Amino acid sequence: MCGIAGVIHRGKAVGVGQEMTAMLQSLKHRGPDSTGFAVYGVSKPDEYVMRLKLAEAEDFDTDYNILDKIRDRQALVDNRLAELGAKTIEVEQPTPYAFRYRLQFSGDTKQLATDLEHIDGGEVLSFGHSLELIKDLGDATVVSEQYGLDDFRGTHGIGHTRMATESDVDIRSAHPYWAYPYNDISVVHNGQITNYWIMRREMERLGHRFMSNCDSELLAVYTANNLEQGATLEDSLKSSIKEIDGVFTYLVATNKELGMAKDTMAAKPMVLYESDDIVALASEEVAIRAIVPREIDTSDPYDEEVRVWQR
Amino acid sequence: MATLTQAAPTDEDRRSHEMGMHQEQLSGRTQQVFFDIDLNEPHHGFSLPDSFDVDFNKRGEIDASNMEAMQVNARIREMMKEGYGTIVLKNPAAKHSMAVGILNRLNLIIEGSLGYFGCGLIDGPNVRISGRVGWSCGENMMSGTILIEKNAGSQFGAAIRGGDLVCKGDVGSRTGIDMKGGNIIVGGDTGSFTGFMMQRGRMVICGNAGKNLGDSMYDGTIFLGGEPRSLGVDAVWADMTDLDRDWLEKKLTKYDVMPKGGIGSFRKIVAGKQLWNYDNLEPTEKKLVL
Repeated sequence: MCGIAGVIHRGKAVGVGQEMTAMLQSLKHRGPDSTGFAVYGVSKPDEYVMRLKLAEAEDFDTDYNILDKIRDRQALVDNRLAELGAKTIEVEQPTPYAFRYRLQFSGDTKQLATDLEHIDGGEVLSFGHSLELIKDLGDATVVSEQYGLDDFRGTHGIGHTRMATESDVDIRSAHPYWAYPYNDISVVHNGQITNYWIMRREMERLGHRFMSNCDSELLAVYTANNLEQGATLEDSLKSSIKEIDGVFTYLVATNKELGMAKDTMAAKPMVLYESDDIVALASEEVAIRAIVPREIDTSDPYDEEVRVWQR
Repeated sequence: MATLTQAAPTDEDRRSHEMGMHQEQLSGRTQQVFFDIDLNEPHHGFSLPDSFDVDFNKRGEIDASNMEAMQVNARIREMMKEGYGTIVLKNPAAKHSMAVGILNRLNLIIEGSLGYFGCGLIDGPNVRISGRVGWSCGENMMSGTILIEKNAGSQFGAAIRGGDLVCKGDVGSRTGIDMKGGNIIVGGDTGSFTGFMMQRGRMVICGNAGKNLGDSMYDGTIFLGGEPRSLGVDAVWADMTDLDRDWLEKKLTKYDVMPKGGIGSFRKIVAGKQLWNYDNLEPTEKKLVL
């Protein structure tokens, strides 16, 4: 089933980590396997934030030596960053396998991400000036507490509660997905994509990488490919309705925008609330009520509807 | 189990058949009358085995702020047992599955919005909702009225069998999917596949409809005030009759959703009934239908 949610504030930074936690927790019944957040903090043009993981949570059940391996992998990460000329400002390690790097870097960010993913167990979850992508097993409260999201301030975010149907219960199959290698772009999806393998092969032929077998990752790669060709976010969302088969409602966020698209069958729900200060949308209205606790006017976007909002 | 009985045709039958409708009575736990032009609807058999004798002048409140849907539904039932005929439900906060399974006469006033499956499986109450409703509102409704002041989600009135289900705002996709009776009235627009596989009953859309309106409908009538993005397979335009116009006038006036264009703006859509015998058609004939 899965639940998705997003919120964007117009012209101000607020406790968006706390808001997304409240929204996703109220959607827990739609997907208790994993929870993910893509939150956008205040952008610093001269600084990058990178979120990466160097192992899966399940590795701790099967590999008694995993902590040593992670230590070695992190040393490799630090070496490669230094080789590529990246200056590390700060490193945080919210869980034994997840890392947050603040960097100064003026080189090719795609090259940097690719080099780091050659490290065994390494996956760059996000890279950008404001995006921070966090995902892990458990409900929103558990993940939020683990990663200290309650203190996160920003302008907007999207999130996902996952009920695994077509791929494993692990972090690599959890949403959101970063639109590798584009800075600050993330995707969450509710639905099933039926031409996944055809589209995946097409994207792979164009040189894009897939980290999981989750059909939702295709939307992130597809969006990245469109942006690479010079399309706007709105163009990309519109073309996806014609080119992607299946049932889907998905959200895409960039460092300035939040967009949504609903497929031609309108089989996956979305409820929308818009005001002068805030736009909130979610699979169910209860998620919106978690951050706007009063009677509000909401609506359901129709089939093939595409919307984009600016922060 | 309910059994279908067919009485000798009456004037009312004749009029309903002229409108492309059918009248049936289900003998069993719930009785349904699908069509009554005069709105003098007979007693609907509310003396169900587990219904309560309520007094509409006895009014009570429920604050749903800190209650689960199951607790709210149980409290409504307790209050009906205590004779409350008018219940005001406050702070529903878009929670799911509230006010479901009410098999009783009752005035239920909901101050706020409901989530998914609101007022499903009801048989008898008059419900007024000041906010919005989520997906599948009024699903399998048997009789009574539901009046929603704002918008509604998809699958609005899925498989309803009787009563009036009214939304003054816009509704989502698959409105009235598989409806088997009753009336769905929409003050605004509807989404795609409205009236999909509709079997009986009437639907009124004062605004526009999404694509595939009335797709694969077996029977029933759709009145459309605006424009459809497209008609579905086997849905065809039909001529409006005076009976249609009288009925629309009464219903739209009653629920205060008359569009600016008035009754004159409405057109009628019915089943072409080419798909009924679909399996008996030759391949070339199937192509003509689709």
